[in-house]
Amino acid sequence: MRTLDVPPVDAVALETRAAELATRSIKKDAKRAGLRMVVEMIDLTTLEGQDTPGKVRALCRKARAPLAGDPEVPPVAAVCVYPDLVPVAVEALVGSTVQVASVATHFPAGRAPLQQKLDDVRYAVAAGATEIDMVIDRGEFLRGGEALVLGEIAAVKEACGEAHLKVILETGELGTYDRIRRACRVALEAGADFLKTSTGKVSPASTRPVVLLMLEEVRDHYLATGRIVGVKAAGGIRTAKDALRYLVMVNETCGDLWLRPDRFRFGASSLLNDVLMQWVRLGDGRYQRPEDFSQD
Amino acid sequence: MSDAHEGTGARPAVLKTWKLFVGGALPRSESGRTYQPAAARHCNVARASRKDLRDAVEAARKGQGSWWNRDAYNRGQIVYRIAEMLETRATAIVDELVACGVEQEVARREVEASVDLCAWHAGLCDKVGVLLGSQNQVSGPFFNFSTIEPTGVVFVAAPEQPSLLGLLALLLPPLVGGNAVIALCSESAPLAGLAFGEVCASSDVPAGAINLLAGPRAELVGHAAAHRAIDGLLLAGRPEPSVGAEAADSVKRVRWCDAEWDAPGLAERVRRLDWVEPFVEVKTLWHPVSGW
Amino acid sequence: MQNDGRSNAESAGSERPTLSFGAAWQYAPAPEASDWVEIPDRRGLFLDGAFVAPASDQWFESINPATEAVLGHVARADASDVDRAVQAARRAQPAWAALPAEHRARYLFRIARLLQERARELAILESLDGGKPIRESRDVDLPLCAAHFFHHAGWADKLELAFPGACPEPVGVVGQVIPWNFPLLMLAWKLAPALACGNTVVLKPAETTSLTALRFAELLQQAELPPGVVNFVTGEGPTGEALVTHPGIDKVAFTGSTAVGKAIQARLAGSGKDLTLELGGKAAHIVFEDAAIDSAVEGVVRGIFFNQGHVCCAGSRLLVQESIHDAFLQKLVRRMERIRVGDPLDKNTDMGAINSRAQLQRIEALVAAGTSDGARVHQSGCELPGKGFWFRPTLVSGVSQADRIVREEVFGPVLAVTTFRTPDEAVQKANDTPYGLSAGIWTDKGSRILWMASRMRAGVVWNNTFNRFDPGAPFGGFKESGFGREGGRQGLAAYVRRPGGLVQG
Repeated sequence: MRTLDVPPVDAVALETRAAELATRSIKKDAKRAGLRMVVEMIDLTTLEGQDTPGKVRALCRKARAPLAGDPEVPPVAAVCVYPDLVPVAVEALVGSTVQVASVATHFPAGRAPLQQKLDDVRYAVAAGATEIDMVIDRGEFLRGGEALVLGEIAAVKEACGEAHLKVILETGELGTYDRIRRACRVALEAGADFLKTSTGKVSPASTRPVVLLMLEEVRDHYLATGRIVGVKAAGGIRTAKDALRYLVMVNETCGDLWLRPDRFRFGASSLLNDVLMQWVRLGDGRYQRPEDFSQD
Repeated sequence: MSDAHEGTGARPAVLKTWKLFVGGALPRSESGRTYQPAAARHCNVARASRKDLRDAVEAARKGQGSWWNRDAYNRGQIVYRIAEMLETRATAIVDELVACGVEQEVARREVEASVDLCAWHAGLCDKVGVLLGSQNQVSGPFFNFSTIEPTGVVFVAAPEQPSLLGLLALLLPPLVGGNAVIALCSESAPLAGLAFGEVCASSDVPAGAINLLAGPRAELVGHAAAHRAIDGLLLAGRPEPSVGAEAADSVKRVRWCDAEWDAPGLAERVRRLDWVEPFVEVKTLWHPVSGW
Repeated sequence: MQNDGRSNAESAGSERPTLSFGAAWQYAPAPEASDWVEIPDRRGLFLDGAFVAPASDQWFESINPATEAVLGHVARADASDVDRAVQAARRAQPAWAALPAEHRARYLFRIARLLQERARELAILESLDGGKPIRESRDVDLPLCAAHFFHHAGWADKLELAFPGACPEPVGVVGQVIPWNFPLLMLAWKLAPALACGNTVVLKPAETTSLTALRFAELLQQAELPPGVVNFVTGEGPTGEALVTHPGIDKVAFTGSTAVGKAIQARLAGSGKDLTLELGGKAAHIVFEDAAIDSAVEGVVRGIFFNQGHVCCAGSRLLVQESIHDAFLQKLVRRMERIRVGDPLDKNTDMGAINSRAQLQRIEALVAAGTSDGARVHQSGCELPGKGFWFRPTLVSGVSQADRIVREEVFGPVLAVTTFRTPDEAVQKANDTPYGLSAGIWTDKGSRILWMASRMRAGVVWNNTFNRFDPGAPFGGFKESGFGREGGRQGLAAYVRRPGGLVQG
């Protein structure tokens, strides 16, 4: 079923614009402010089969105070874990501003009956997660079942209660920008609080053209409806330089309203350390080495 | 026509009024004037005026679209049809050349060469694009190609001699490039050229694609150079500064042909792709390429 | 998480949602360091492989249009200097043409490499002297310059393949006059094919932008190009006139305004000189309702604000389908506000300085006088520097086909917007101009793209893109935008003669 009237995307033009914005030169104060924003926007993530409570606790420590001894570096936005580790994270983050996000709906494939997905969500929310990162059923979406996907997102949104819902489109599996735009429209219509690119388990994960397209979508959605939806770029963003390029896109496409941790996020793990290295370098002018920053 | 004055009892022949070929019709000059060409003083030929030229330009602008919008294959068929009709009327046209003072054998060869030249150009119609266009290997995700399009309306002035082959040598290149042509026949020997107009009239040539005028060359070339709706000039002879200067006002494409018209091998020497080139425009198209 | 999406939605009824930019994050200045690029106060003319003073010893200032600071002094060549240059080119031509073609190619390859090696230095100089943003001189002009020489190097020894059976020969000595909008790129477009085909050259750069040509002359020395093969005469109109009318010149190649092009064509009539003209334009962007709208907005911005609109093929007219006119204009105006205007050397500048005071005055006059009653002028609210020559990104809507702003080439950052309803009407309006250089078509429908493209009376048609250039892609105009092509195999034709060919004039 295809009910949405979705205008076309020109792939080359979109990629050209993303590449053009990537040539912005972010220096000095702008870089400092940018790096600080990046830290505030990070969902510090661990989604491995071998995750342990200990690893999650270490991650939470890092989330609360990313650079020990430098109070200017803010806490990250959230810690993102599997549902069973939500209680660990909640406990470790008591008293901080850091949110607990959990992937749910049978992450990463999303291939399960709806009831199980909803149970998954309710479990994570009950355990204290304030943000839910759901995956859409790409198989259903690709075979044209947009109404079904829309219904699932709406149902998950309801199951979230007060928790905020990020909808992972897994853009690397959708094949074309036109499909990505359709997926954006489905998620926006279903009530998503955030559009999120990827699980991190599929390559390519987040790319700048895809995020640019999502930014254009949430911008136009806001202008049409007044509702602000956030964007989360997840997976594959490892360097401060790359993250700043994303921020430039946010800045020049959506502007001030989206340059906030509740409107733009990076889903990442190794990104934080590179940002911290750049931060320290900006402070004392020396290039840093990775081994001086804890690998959590 | 000289028969009329010979022998007793001979039938007085029907004499011909030599008319222009404009917009698919065969009109007299709007001025009502005629002239007696130097090589054929016995004939009264319609003497084209500035206004006849203007009418021809209007007809040519209309005819150009209908000529160019056909398939190239169809244009080729029409030019080949011209060759067929010319061949059919070869004897009569040889007579017109002879009437203008050309030796019988020379005239016969000129008409044959003219038919052959038409056939050569007929086969060129659907190859101009492939020979002068290109696919361009540009950097970046773009498919890039250059196509060929006609300049528009081209005014051609034929050499005085050879009056038919010279006319066709200059008329055909812009024509196969998709232009509409207004051709001025040899001033001194216009009969074969105007007879060629009659050939065109019966050859499926769209109205206005080919137009033939006769009259005072210096005057008409000057008018053509000044007419802003004419896009190109192809003139037999050596460059004349005043003509080119006038043509510059509308940035016309101006070319002169000072081929040695009387030297041997002319029929082969006028089969040239680069005579088409100045009267076609290269259009380069960029198109993005992506599966996404 | 403090997402207030819901409360926003609730308040949406009262006020229209609006975006704001620039408050949350400002980019710090990111100036390209330029102190290492030394500019000699006087360099002279480049004749016969050496720099020499002009016979008259007259010099004029070259200024930075962004600051009005004097960068140096440029020699004013008179007729005797031009004559010296032409004589040098004449002397050098037979030997240059007689070189093994592969050796000629090698010099062009060398020049291409030297351009790459010294690209940043030249980009900085180009931005200082001409006012264009460093982002463009660095990412567009210089890479294309090098590519142009590289591409044509490969033609030098393949002319027989380019013109099979036609026995191509060099034209001889070529006089070239180029404009100030792409000083080095136009120089590359002119020199590379001329040299590849065995011609020698006397070139006059534009008077406001001579510095990069003179720096390029140093590259030619580094490349050990034989003396006299390339000569540069600097100066104003009279220098150019002396060059194009010099009897020792066999061909003239001119890029510039249609008015000057017509005058040159008239002057050369009957001289037997070859001529190619790349003149003005008034290109239309045609945006259909099914286009990828955000991309079309970007394309229109790129089309008219690239290089401050100092582009002969700039998309200075926008024809937008009536059904999307308001929505499209809203997006376009919003995007226009985001254009960063200012210091050309700042790496984040999108639009730099207008090239000269005279050009600024022309633009101001046309915008002031060029519109009829119903027109609405939208200008970006960006801040402009105090000194130098600046003009805001400008959009004029509600214009009629007869308005001067729609008919005349502004050669500045000014877009005239009109509407259409059907493809036929779009074709008719787009072609309703004496110019015919370029066009842009924005639609998602393949068959319509090709249909539209085939009906545009323009030499370059960009489909779902704009202002793309490549040395392999022929560029040039229909109608009063000139004749002859630059680039590709077709571009070479302007620099060879084929025995038995027609004579221009």
